[in-house]
Amino acid sequence: MADTETTTQSMSHAAVSDVRNEVKKPKKKKVLLMGKSGSGKSSMRSIIFSNYIARDTRRLYANLPTPYTLYTRSVRGATIDIDLSHVKFLGNLTLNLWDCGGQEAFTENYLTQQRVHVFSNVGVLIYVFDIESRDVDRDMATYVSIISALTQYSPTAKVYVLIHKMDLITMHAREAVFVDRVRLVQQKTSEYTQAAGISGEVDLVPFATSIWDQSLYKAWASIIHDLVPNLSVIESQLGSLGTIIEAEEMLLFERTSFLVVSSWTSEEGRHNPTGDRQERMSNILKHFKQSISRFTGTPRNAEQFTLMEHKAGTRFSMFVCKFTTNTYLMVVLPPGEARFNSARFNCQIARESFRFLDGAASGQGQGQRY
Amino acid sequence: MRPFPPTFTSNMTSRPGGRHVSFGPRDNEQPAQTEENAPTPAQLNLTRLFEQNQERQQKNMAAKATEQPPDGPAKGKPRLLLMGQRRSGKSSISSVVFHKLPPSETLFLESTARIQKDQLPSFMDFQVWDFPGQIDIFENPTFDMDAMFGEIGALIWVIDAQDDYMEAVARLNITILNLQQTYPNIKIEVFIHKVDGLSDDFKLDIQRDITIRIQDELSDHGFENAPVTFHLTSIYNHSIFEAFSKVIQKLIPRLGILEAMLTNLCRTCRFEKAYLFDVTSKIYIATDSAPADMTSYEICSDYIDVIIDVTEVYGSWPRSEKYRGALEAPPWSQKIEDQVASNWAESCMVLSDGNKPIILREVDKYLALVAIMKEDSYNKMPLVNMNVEVIVQGLKEFFDITKPK
Repeated sequence: MADTETTTQSMSHAAVSDVRNEVKKPKKKKVLLMGKSGSGKSSMRSIIFSNYIARDTRRLYANLPTPYTLYTRSVRGATIDIDLSHVKFLGNLTLNLWDCGGQEAFTENYLTQQRVHVFSNVGVLIYVFDIESRDVDRDMATYVSIISALTQYSPTAKVYVLIHKMDLITMHAREAVFVDRVRLVQQKTSEYTQAAGISGEVDLVPFATSIWDQSLYKAWASIIHDLVPNLSVIESQLGSLGTIIEAEEMLLFERTSFLVVSSWTSEEGRHNPTGDRQERMSNILKHFKQSISRFTGTPRNAEQFTLMEHKAGTRFSMFVCKFTTNTYLMVVLPPGEARFNSARFNCQIARESFRFLDGAASGQGQGQRY
Repeated sequence: MRPFPPTFTSNMTSRPGGRHVSFGPRDNEQPAQTEENAPTPAQLNLTRLFEQNQERQQKNMAAKATEQPPDGPAKGKPRLLLMGQRRSGKSSISSVVFHKLPPSETLFLESTARIQKDQLPSFMDFQVWDFPGQIDIFENPTFDMDAMFGEIGALIWVIDAQDDYMEAVARLNITILNLQQTYPNIKIEVFIHKVDGLSDDFKLDIQRDITIRIQDELSDHGFENAPVTFHLTSIYNHSIFEAFSKVIQKLIPRLGILEAMLTNLCRTCRFEKAYLFDVTSKIYIATDSAPADMTSYEICSDYIDVIIDVTEVYGSWPRSEKYRGALEAPPWSQKIEDQVASNWAESCMVLSDGNKPIILREVDKYLALVAIMKEDSYNKMPLVNMNVEVIVQGLKEFFDITKPK
């Protein structure tokens, strides 16, 4: 684990260190990961941030409905209380991720004794619903009470609702089931806000997810996307680079999680009929990283490749290269050897102007401290 | 409450999903869907399933209509016959290897009732016949033995290693003895299947036991050098692909020349390992003379997957004429066809540890050359590419000559 430091502490320690943290950096917002027990919160986190992979475990437990969960269970067990982790992302953004255990006893506890501690200063709440859950009413009741606590202490927090384990629904029924469930969540939320007399609406974004395909990357990429600082700078710089090298599309990936931090698409590239290509690319490349790690015997979190280039005759050419310390850049170009080579060269040069991605902000912070 | 964005992606096929994509230029490429009133991915999936079912039904009908295997057009095509006890995993094998079904979904396959014949559009057009396990062909006079075993090919006998295999071995013995008398040229491959759940020691014990039982029976009847080979296989890892590769390699005429070409390439370019892959099935039909190992085969076949997937995302839609015009205008001022070095896919990946690059080069619609290079070879890429080009031309000539007329 190069830059994902996970600290699991007992609650009392956590409270102390958290108080210290808050004194030091008051503006670091919390990301709460909540949902019913067994809904797949920790599995999700392990896949995105610790480079676990669904496929590896599928081989071991091929006939079970969600083998991965069972696997995490047997190895890590259910999350006890709150699992605090600080995930470093892009060098200068540290996510303060609170993975909250889903057992009812814990949930009770969050809502009563630890209410202030858990729900104050929250930036993002990610609430996970298990699509297979039998007791939907109770799930909704828990959800509403959590939303009420959230609106009380962090009214500005963003709420992401992930309808998880969608792979267990048959292919053609998925869309209907998802829309149906989302409507229910929406309705419950608005019922609550009206009853409580809250004027502002709760900002709610729903996603259908599954650990077996790219939908997980789509959800997390958009969650992370909203948290990345100076995004507009990255986007405009990427845009001008893309115009210079005549690219069709450029994607900027974070190094370990391979989530898409930022992207730029040309006029022509927007006609591409594949709508979910960003998360598909994340999924493809991350899967291949696992293969490489098996091939070379290096740890999964290690950086696995430095360059990949592919020229598909007269159709397109593309390359993925290591860009800054924390990012990979993927460039899709129209065909042409000369264009390809000059684009690669230009991207080398452009690295300089993207240096700020490597934790320049934290560098400044240190400067101020001394 | 603001309206929800359409975030649902029902295209939830995981990567090894069932599709056949070649990454070469396509003959008749049509835009899959238009911008307006495009069907949702869910609908598309439904249509696809429907079509597959239709196809299967038609195939069944055809099999019913001609109980006697048709011969005329099938002449000269090598044939793989999948046989074994019922529930030993024959249909699972053929769907995982030739139809890209994810292994976990083979649980839901129905029992095969008739002989399933698959024509595979591949580099050498071989056929796969999937036999129902409950029928004994030697006791059933309606089967035309000559039509089945007369052509060159291989008989793949699947034995379930997790089950009691005595009966299977006994039936295999009968089959071999029968075949040896009339068709001594047919190659018999025994897949000791479903070994994924067994420990290494146990696997070897089973293999030894089965080998001894069959060899004893054969020598009792006076067949000393029957062409029987054993493979340990499982659909949950690459072993099934490797076993099929070995089987297919036996059916290729003049394989030695192919191998010599690849060995030559490895020597001149200082490659560590080179494979010639059949892209759709990911079976390797030749490799160089260096010892093959599982890990390098896995990485090469996974790399093919990556390239297919990337090409599917970015290479499967037509660019507009205007855009093309702009690309051919100054400062490049050349036709797109002249701007590229090769009409076929060329790819290369540099790994971070010790710069051990992997290269891929498409040979034709069905074949791709994948090689693992040595340290620092990336700096000599132009030279490597030239050598690869020569070999690719050679391979094309080879397949032109050996193609069955």
